[in-house]
Amino acid sequence: MELLRFTPKGIYCEQGDFYIDPWRPVDKAIITHAHSDHARGGMKNYLTHPITAQVMKHRINNQLQIQSVVYNEKVFMNGVEVSLHPAGHIAGSAQVRVAYGGRVEVASGDYKLEYDGVSAAFEPVKCHKFITESTFGLPIYNWASQSDAMSEIVEWYQKNNAEGITSVLVAYSLGKSQRLLYNLKNKVAPIYCHTTICGINQCLENFGFSFGDYKPLTPATKVIDLKGALIIAPSSFLASSQYDQLSSVSTAVVSGWMSIRGAKRRLNAEIGFAISDHADWKSLMSAIAATEAAEIVVTHGYTFELSKYLKESGKMAIAAQTFFDGEKLEE
Amino acid sequence: MENFVQLIKTLDRTTSYNQKVGAIINYFDRTHEEEAICALYILIGKNFGRPIKPSLLREWAAACAQLPSWLFESSYHTVGDLAETIALLLSKEKLGKIDSLQYYIQKLQSLRKSTDEEKKIFVLSVWAELDRWHCFVFNKLITGGFRIGVSEKLIAKALAKKYNLSEAIVLHRLMGSWQLVNQTVTSLLLDDAFAIDGSRPFPFCLAHGFNEADCNHLNLGQWHVSYKWDGIRCQIVKRNDELFLWSRGEELINNQFPDLCKELNGLPNGLVVDAELLVYKNNQVGTFNDLQRRLGRKKPSAKLLNELPIKLFCFDLLEYEGRDIRDFQLKERILILKNLVDHLQNSKLVLPPELMPETWDEAALMKNMARTVNAEGLMIKNLAGKYESGRKKGNWYKWKLDPFTVDAVLIYAQSGHGRRANLFTDYTFAVWHQQQLVPVAKAYSGLTDKEILEVDAFVKKNTLERFGPVRSVSASLVFEIAFEGIQLSTRHKSGVAMRFPRILRWRKDKLPEQADHLDYLKSLIHIT
Repeated sequence: MELLRFTPKGIYCEQGDFYIDPWRPVDKAIITHAHSDHARGGMKNYLTHPITAQVMKHRINNQLQIQSVVYNEKVFMNGVEVSLHPAGHIAGSAQVRVAYGGRVEVASGDYKLEYDGVSAAFEPVKCHKFITESTFGLPIYNWASQSDAMSEIVEWYQKNNAEGITSVLVAYSLGKSQRLLYNLKNKVAPIYCHTTICGINQCLENFGFSFGDYKPLTPATKVIDLKGALIIAPSSFLASSQYDQLSSVSTAVVSGWMSIRGAKRRLNAEIGFAISDHADWKSLMSAIAATEAAEIVVTHGYTFELSKYLKESGKMAIAAQTFFDGEKLEE
Repeated sequence: MENFVQLIKTLDRTTSYNQKVGAIINYFDRTHEEEAICALYILIGKNFGRPIKPSLLREWAAACAQLPSWLFESSYHTVGDLAETIALLLSKEKLGKIDSLQYYIQKLQSLRKSTDEEKKIFVLSVWAELDRWHCFVFNKLITGGFRIGVSEKLIAKALAKKYNLSEAIVLHRLMGSWQLVNQTVTSLLLDDAFAIDGSRPFPFCLAHGFNEADCNHLNLGQWHVSYKWDGIRCQIVKRNDELFLWSRGEELINNQFPDLCKELNGLPNGLVVDAELLVYKNNQVGTFNDLQRRLGRKKPSAKLLNELPIKLFCFDLLEYEGRDIRDFQLKERILILKNLVDHLQNSKLVLPPELMPETWDEAALMKNMARTVNAEGLMIKNLAGKYESGRKKGNWYKWKLDPFTVDAVLIYAQSGHGRRANLFTDYTFAVWHQQQLVPVAKAYSGLTDKEILEVDAFVKKNTLERFGPVRSVSASLVFEIAFEGIQLSTRHKSGVAMRFPRILRWRKDKLPEQADHLDYLKSLIHIT
């Protein structure tokens, strides 16, 4: 018996008649987290974590029909037991556990194992079948610890600050930005946040998160006030006139892709900090092992390589046939 | 080694020219002479001739990382750089025991004749100690090709500042075949270069591209017009009774042309001539394909020497009677050169014809006819200009023929290297032959970054089969491919080989059925 399978609309549970992170309109959608390649508009009914629900209403549409469930709370859909479990990827991110007739299957969504201070810590879930992501599913990806990575950023900022240079951190506005804010808030000041990021921050602040004393970056912010300051912004900021007006600036991209020199140059980043919200190679291995799953389905990323490696290690693994548009380049 | 690793790290983190110059000056200021000369040798792109085969490194690294070789290869194709791949897979979090840069270089050189096992013991013992950047730099000492984004010119600028010399002098003194033994940066730059090393060529003067629109601004009377030949650009250096033939890539090519060197031995001392090396027979310049048959052969047969005789088309004179005359005006240099070549009566030296178009229209006509004499366009040079080091605006121009073009279908893609790692950027194109697509060209360059991303997404979505890093894709995208020439080939399945193919543009308006046929390509062969 199989509970979860890949269809042209997304991962489908026939017994429960619902989809996980569908990419076409469906009646019932369970959403792992609020990034736009997982949470799409156009579904009749949603089920997700309260934080994800709030962010989706903020980003997509306030009128979305969303049922919220907290981590580890069981709900039943057509007799299928469904629960969400922390994935450690971003605030509100969840793995979806589906149980029916004695069988358990888990769709991971995106995940990482290291606790980042903002996202609830990843929780391993035992199951018969585990659907894992593989964005960084090659052994060349090995992240430094968060504390080492953040120290590197602080060092870079302090050097810039001493010379009156504005530091710009380019980061995804949902997830990476809050992780940076939270971990830099007591070490760097002032921090300016792009308005898109401020909007997300407010959603999370409703849930009790605190990101310290950051200031919103508005068109009225004066260049002189930004001298020696730190700005956190999505990549679109680099195309703005406000960015052009900064006289002395050092720009760094924060992304797991920055660990490869070629990828860094291709994205035209001078400085890159390799901090990722996805599992690196070793984490993928330990997460997969911890599920004790007999069957592994690999999706999103290096599906071919990771599934082949698992197979050669004696696991039953396949690369998911996705109908999603190509392999994603951004986190 | 610490300083050098720090320098490489700094250079990797900036694209600012001035910051790079500053970092290099700073490095030479605080680094011991013994290491500095090694660093300079590496930075200007000289290598140590691969003391260890890359295939061995791959094998050892895969074993060390406990990875199957296919996964190592996948990793390598994603990273696009062997030294970096190994550093990513094997490096330690904390740096252990390290030695000096010069120690590693000497040790690797001394291992050249050792057994593979001895090499392996050394390399593995070093890998066990290094963090990511040190491991990367150490591996580069073996694989060569640092590609750290500094040109020879940039280094010359930094050193010129540090030593208070002109850039041209520094560039000149960095040239040639100087070695690390008994050398320091100071001795290399400040000692009288000629007394120590008579082989040293001058930095080549290079040309800018010429546009039709430039014609209007230029008074034809002040310009020297000649054919742009399609051979090997080289400098003939004769000093202290020794002859050196230098290619533009700063390689000595004496050995490949024994017939030529024999005839040139009688040239007077204190002479440097800039020339194009060409196959020349029955008053006809050969094609580049003819020349290619002579290249890469260390000892050409008598039959080949006879079949494909080489001549030097002399077009500039840089040193005469021991005097550097690069500051003379071109018209003066040419005059001395003409007299010299006439006087020498050397069978290998040819004075190429000066073209005398009266109007720019006539010049354009000459350019378009250049293929008939196996030239690739025109050279247009300022008669009053000096012989510059490198490329200077308003001095020399090259006006090249339009290339041939063909519409071909994308059938295979492979991930790129360096800047294009992790993207499918290396393509194979095919044309029709008896209802089948046969591959005719591989091309890398020519698309914008946005188009590359688009093609990359297409490849990932339309993969038919994987062969290691190569993917075959469904035949649907058509591209216009430009190339410089085409010849029959027994080595290629299609029976033809193109010279310097590159993508001109993406023909989104064309269906694969509308791509060209092999017969069309074959019809172009007699023209080239």
